[in-house]
Amino acid sequence: MELTSHTRNDTGGRTPGCLAARQARSRKYSEIAQRLTPYFFLAPAVVILAVALLYPVGYMIYASFLDWNPSQRIEEADWVGLRNYISLLGDESFIESFFVTLKFAALVVGFEMIVGVGLALLLDRNVRGMSLQRTIFILPMMIAPIVVGLIWRYMYHPTVGSFNRTLKSWGLDAVPWLSDSDWAFASVIIADMWQWTPFIFILALAALQSLPQSALEAARIDGANDWQQILYIKLPLMMPVLVVTCLLRLIDAFKVLEVILVLTNGGPGLSTEILSLRIARTASEFRELGVAAAMSNYLLVLLFVITLAMFLYNKVAESRQARIRAAAEEEFK
Amino acid sequence: MSAPVHERQNPAFYALMTALIVMSLGPIVLMLSNSFKLNVDIMSDTSSLLFLPTLKNYETVLCNTLWYTPKHVEYCNPTFGWALGNSLIIAIISTAITLVTGCMAAYAIVRFRFLGRGSLSMTTLLMRMVPPAVLLVPVFGIWTFNYCWGDECLDGTYTGIILVYVAMNLPFVIWILQSFIVQVPIQLEEAARMDGANPFQVFYLVLLPVIKPGLAAASIFTFRIAWNEFLLADALLDRKTRTVPVTIVNSLTEHDIDWGVIMATGTLLAIPPIIFTFVASKQIIIGMTAGAVKG
Repeated sequence: MELTSHTRNDTGGRTPGCLAARQARSRKYSEIAQRLTPYFFLAPAVVILAVALLYPVGYMIYASFLDWNPSQRIEEADWVGLRNYISLLGDESFIESFFVTLKFAALVVGFEMIVGVGLALLLDRNVRGMSLQRTIFILPMMIAPIVVGLIWRYMYHPTVGSFNRTLKSWGLDAVPWLSDSDWAFASVIIADMWQWTPFIFILALAALQSLPQSALEAARIDGANDWQQILYIKLPLMMPVLVVTCLLRLIDAFKVLEVILVLTNGGPGLSTEILSLRIARTASEFRELGVAAAMSNYLLVLLFVITLAMFLYNKVAESRQARIRAAAEEEFK
Repeated sequence: MSAPVHERQNPAFYALMTALIVMSLGPIVLMLSNSFKLNVDIMSDTSSLLFLPTLKNYETVLCNTLWYTPKHVEYCNPTFGWALGNSLIIAIISTAITLVTGCMAAYAIVRFRFLGRGSLSMTTLLMRMVPPAVLLVPVFGIWTFNYCWGDECLDGTYTGIILVYVAMNLPFVIWILQSFIVQVPIQLEEAARMDGANPFQVFYLVLLPVIKPGLAAASIFTFRIAWNEFLLADALLDRKTRTVPVTIVNSLTEHDIDWGVIMATGTLLAIPPIIFTFVASKQIIIGMTAGAVKG
């Protein structure tokens, strides 16, 4: 309202003094606008994150102290204090799926790091068709986890699946891929490796190709063989990237749900029931939202500890590297 | 820079590479070929590469969207046709909203120095850490009971699920985009401001065109999550608004799986990501490495 009256004044343009005052005032406006702009830009994202991420997480912490089933409003649920947490600690199937989750994440990330980094070291060459090859490698992680589960469930099929068919044609016995608990665990790991090893491969390859050429050349001139180059030059220099890669993959390994849901649905027994799956089942089948929330909290704390540990490790490693570099530069002076 | 020199490698190298390509493509090709087979062929004992391709599975899946009625379909189940539409709407709108809000936030963080880069990466990492399963209980509770206007609640609506997907993707998108915006020289923006552009004009007319590759990467990743997600969609959406992954899981029973039809459904769900991969593999790799290699 005020602004429009001002513009009308301008067109009149009466006295120079009035003009100066107007300029000062408009400068003030633009200053305020300038100061407010960043908030305008941030506001939508902040609002969405607060409404749909932070508030739910806080809500979950509150809900974990309740005895709550999905047909109740949260106000009607009974406050039970720490009961959910304590009863979970005594719950054998929860403990089992906690360890299944840890075992799954550790094995999957371990294998994938070894295979992915190994392949990157082997295939780090300039050849025609490398980019097409990388494109093909990305495919498994781009398609839906549900579809990945579907494909592998077919391939693991006891009679018509590709694996047992091949084994049969070689005259070997069929393998109970999804119906024996040890085999089922291995099958789930294999499917996850198929999907996610390329991720490590691509990141490791990118790290390799951004290494300082001078260091590699110096090593070559000093007569280091391929193994020595890898062990003493390439791997240590790649370390910071590898740690971050490992961390990202580890975080994602705790999120895996769909592939296992489609392949085994946690079975046989509890052999492949990872925590995410157990949370989903506790909420939808057993209808105990409070317990599911307490489980989610345990999972979140576990993830938080792992993330923090690796982040700190990376910080320490980085500062040590920086110190070494500084010392080296000092020597040259 | 001169063109890269292609060295000749020994045969073992090519053998390894071929084996890897076959391994990563094999399962996908298997699904594709099964989707063109009749169940009799899929279940027959003799696995054959030779079969008569048929479109019947796809006709069954898409029966209600076709302009003709396929003869072999006795009862047309319209769920999948709807689900495909739902998936498209939800994925596209949530990608658009994530990009716009994420881009603005990234710009504010970089140019107005809100958070240091260190604390930004830590925050992103912490938010990325939250598994969808952890959001299941609170999102279900809040969306069905708290976020209501009159009788209308957010569960079962497009708005509800889009809100979740946008929030899930924002941290990652902000992180990727800020790594692109940091590289844009500030002089470019100052010049535009000298010419009398306001901050919004600078943003839309100067900055956005420069960071197109980053936008492409961010949008592919967001679309992928929204398109592929199952757990929260399963909890929040009802019969009318269900997405494709939910319908696939619902049609998976213990026994008697209709493999032909389900493979056709899976193929339809996999097609958009596969197209994106071939069109924009470079951007995808940039997006994947942005968090680790440059950060």
